[in-house]
This record gives sequence, C-alpha cells and structure tokens, in this order.
Amino acid sequence: MTLHTEKGGISRSARRFLWKLSYLQRKCIFSVLSVGRFPTHIAFIMDGNRRYGKQRNLKGGAGHKAGYLALMLMVIYCCELGIKYITAYAFSIDNFKRGPEEVQYIMDLMLEKIELELSKEDSLFSRYGVRVHFSGNMELLSDPIKDAAKRLMVATANNSNILLTVCLAYTSMNEILHAIQETYQEKLAQIQLQESISEGRISMCNPEQGDHVLKLAEIEKHMYMAIAPDPDIIIRTSGENRLSNFLLWQSANSCLISFSQLWPGISCWHLVWAVLNFQRNHYYLEKKKKKQI
Amino acid sequence: MLSLRLAIPTVNTLSPPKPKPKSGLVQTASNQTEIFPSRVSVPKRYGYKLQAATTDVANEEISVAGEFSEEEEELPEGLNKELMPKHVAVIMDGNGRWARQRGLPTSAGHEAGVRSLRELVELCCRWGIQVLTVFAFSYENWIRPKVEVDFLLSLFERTLKSELDTTSRGGIRISVIGDSSKLPASLQELIHDVEETTKDNSRLQLIVAVSYSGKYDVVQACRSIAEKAKHGNIQLEDINESLIEQELETNCTEFPYPDLLIRTSGELRVSNFLLWQLAYTELVFVQQLWPDFGKDEFVEALTSYQQRQRRYGGRHS
Repeated sequence: MTLHTEKGGISRSARRFLWKLSYLQRKCIFSVLSVGRFPTHIAFIMDGNRRYGKQRNLKGGAGHKAGYLALMLMVIYCCELGIKYITAYAFSIDNFKRGPEEVQYIMDLMLEKIELELSKEDSLFSRYGVRVHFSGNMELLSDPIKDAAKRLMVATANNSNILLTVCLAYTSMNEILHAIQETYQEKLAQIQLQESISEGRISMCNPEQGDHVLKLAEIEKHMYMAIAPDPDIIIRTSGENRLSNFLLWQSANSCLISFSQLWPGISCWHLVWAVLNFQRNHYYLEKKKKKQI
Repeated sequence: MLSLRLAIPTVNTLSPPKPKPKSGLVQTASNQTEIFPSRVSVPKRYGYKLQAATTDVANEEISVAGEFSEEEEELPEGLNKELMPKHVAVIMDGNGRWARQRGLPTSAGHEAGVRSLRELVELCCRWGIQVLTVFAFSYENWIRPKVEVDFLLSLFERTLKSELDTTSRGGIRISVIGDSSKLPASLQELIHDVEETTKDNSRLQLIVAVSYSGKYDVVQACRSIAEKAKHGNIQLEDINESLIEQELETNCTEFPYPDLLIRTSGELRVSNFLLWQLAYTELVFVQQLWPDFGKDEFVEALTSYQQRQRRYGGRHS
C-alpha cells in the first residue's frame, strides 16, 4: 500500500482498514525475517524521482514529492522492523549542477516538509519516535533551510526509537575533507598547547611520537556520519550500480543492493529482499570471521 | 549490485535488456534474478582448470609461459571502442571456494587465480584499457591463517619474478600499492626492482594492491598533507579534494579513479578497496569465482558498463 493515493479516491475509514491489514501482513513477514539477524543501519540512495514523475505525467517536480512519501513509508517500515538507523541521500553537492528550477523546487519542498513536521503536534516523527539528523556541508544551503533543519533536529532530539540521517549538501569526499581539516586543526591546537607547556619540539608526523600521529579513529570521529555506525545495507533504486560519492568511507563492508524500481515506487518487498540478502551475506561473513579466529 | 524487478508497472527507461548470459549469472540492472540464486555456478572451463591446477600443485611451479600479443585486437561484437573504460578495477574473490568445490587445497585456488589474472591482463592489453587495478591482498587478510598468508606472499613473489620479462616486453608497467612495511624484505626489494624496471612502459599499467586498505590510503594521504603543512609548504585553506587525490597511493597513475569495478564470487561489497577512488565507479558483481572469470565474463561486464548512463549527479537533458 502506498500513501500516494489520489484525493477522494477511497474513504478515510477504508484507507485506515487497508493500512491496518497491510500492517498485520508486514508483522507476519517481519517475524519470519526475525529468525535471522536484522541489520542495524540501512542507507538509501533515493534515485529516480524525476523519471517517476515523467512516466506518470506529473507536473513540475512532483516526482520528488512522491519520493518524499516513499521515504516516510520506508521510515515506518524500518521502525516496524526494529532498524535503529536509517540514512537517506537526499541531495548531493553534485546535484547543485542541475537546473536552478529543479534545485529550487527541491529546496522549497524540503523546507515545506520540515515546517509541516514542526507544526504538527502528532507528527509522524513523534508518533514513531524518529530522531532526525542532517549530515552534510550545511553552509552551502540557504539560511531558511539551515535554520529549519536545526529546529527539526532540536525538536526531535529526545526521540529514541530510530535515527533518520538526511544527507543534504553531502558528498563523501567533502565529508572526508572536512574531517581531515577538523582533525588537523585539533592536532595543531594540541601541539601548540603542549609546546607552550613544555618547550620541546614535537612533530605531528613523527611516528615515534605516538600521540601526535594522525590516526584513523581521529579522522572518523570528525565525520558527519560519526553519529551512526557503518551501514549494514546500502540500497540504490532506479537500476544504477554505483555509490555516487555516498558513504564511501562507511561502505567498506556494507551489502550493496540495487533495484531497478524507481525510488517513489519502492515497497516493503524491496526492504524484505534486501534484509534477506543481508542475512545470507552476513551468515557467510560470520563463518569466515570464525575461521580466522 | 543484486537486481530485482517486481510486478509493478514501470516503463524501462534503461537500455534494452542484453542477451541472456551463457554461463553463470551476471547481476546487473537489466537482468532478472532468481529469488535465491545458487552460490555454486558450474564453470564451463571446469575440466581444464582442474587439470592445470593439479599439474601445477604437483610440480610446484606456476606455468604461465607465453607472450602478450603486441597488437591491439578488434573488440568482440557488442562492445563499442569509444565507450571502453580507461581504468578497470577487480576484486579477485573466490579462489578458496573454487579450490574447496574441487577438493583441492586453497593454494591450488590461488594458483588458478593467477592464471585468470594473466588472461585478464592480456585482454586489457589487447582491448586498449589503460589501467588495471587488482585487489590481491587486503590489509584485513593478514588475520588469515599464517600458512595461507605465507603461501600468498610467496606466490606473489614467484609470479613477479617469473612474469617480469614477459610484462616488460609486453609494455606493461607494474605498480604496487599498499602498506609494504609488513611484507618480507625480499619481496619489498623485488617490488622496488620491478617498479623501476617497468616504469617507462606505457601500454598498460597494472596496479597490484597488496596489504592495501582504502581507509589507510586516506590516512596516509592525510599524514603526507600534514607533513607538508608542517614544513609550511601548504596552509590549512589549501587542503582540498584535489590535494588529497594527489597524495593517495593511486597517484602513480594518470587515471586514479576506476571507471568500472568488477567483484567476483557473488559478494556484494567493496571490502575497503579504493574507497575514495570509487566515488563514481560503475559496480558490477558477478557470480563466478575468480579462477572461472574469463573472456566471456569480462565481455559481459564491459557490455553492462557500456549500457550505463553516467551523470555524476547532474542531468543529461
């Protein structure tokens, strides 16, 4: 069942009944899946909104609206599954290369949806206990969106059922670069402090001076995505088989799954399929790890 | 990536589906997949490989004699010369499983893997691919049993020695990336000699990743940048993506970013290989185990690659 029903199509009570029916169906399927290990973190590359809109002759950027609804559905399904972290690739820094009208439409849509969530008392996020976090180079965004995003993060900060990270103005290379710059600045500050205390010469790069060598863990803690563990599954829709500068650092051991379906058409079945594949790969990985111990 | 087409009406805006693969199952966007595809694919070159492997195990030699053809060959039907990738990366997975399926020791699987690699290098030379990067040994592989690790490193050493003349004559430049400090001293020296000897070759650059980790590649780039900053050569504001790219170990090539990554054995992961460099790489996951990956499978992967639309975040229209 999709939320993208036409207005006046079926009655509200009928919709509620169908939703409850589909919920029970999902509960059965998810309990079967629970025999195996569930992923902790699923990431989505939400590709295909515009193509979806064109296929259905929707006006303007309505495909992106459908994409937003699909994301909300996925949040609900993941909550029901017990997934703790979701990450969605909403807008890449590379997407600024697109036509200004499309970029503006997406920005306006995001602002509208964030304000809508903030204005509702019984919003979807509060009902499902969703904490929202925005990852990316927020300085590239306009002030209204930056401000709205901050307010949504504060408003949902106490929700603890699931963390939804929305990657906005994000690329992995930019994230890594930012982490390196932050780490370097932190190290410099440490060195300057130490030098002012003891007047010895400390090299930041001398491997014998263990404390001042740049370490992997230090870079990782400055990543935008340090808020969540590495994704277990990365799902990409619309049939493309590439990461497109998304979570390059964090995807080292992620199960990569591509669906030919366009993003707004994604359903619970795709999620089930992805979890099954994760469980199959995970079982094999655990076997390998045990052999090596 | 594993592909699934459900019974939901969508118009296929991708290129038309390609002919059904002859052997095994190539998981690409335009293919249907089985619900639970079998892990065990029946390779058509089973008999030949088994015979060759047992012979080599008995003789303890790597029989990879032969020359690389000097001329560029015409591409197989269906491949477009203009759309050939400049840089292909391969994760050579499945040697151990291949050996187990045949009741052979793991070492036989790795030796069969070397033959597959040689065949792939030859194809890349003939078809004008400029860089081939192979993931021979990951930093995480050090935790494998010592016997296997020692065998792999000695296999690498023997192969380098036996192939040096052939690759030199074939115009192949060999570069090795990874943390070489953990390798035996003899191997480190050999790597240095091989790189020096072949550095002027230009037909194909073969980059072998040994004791390599994508994350540590970025960390060592970061340390190099910090070293330069310490000597005042650069300021904090100068640190950008291009500087990081220049400091990564793939700076040994003109084309550090692979256009195509192939992983064999059906695993759907990149396993810490070239993380930064894979930003826009097209990924192809094939079911065949590495020793069974040959010309046909490579053609299928290239065909899939050539059908893809690469937009780099922008739009075509």
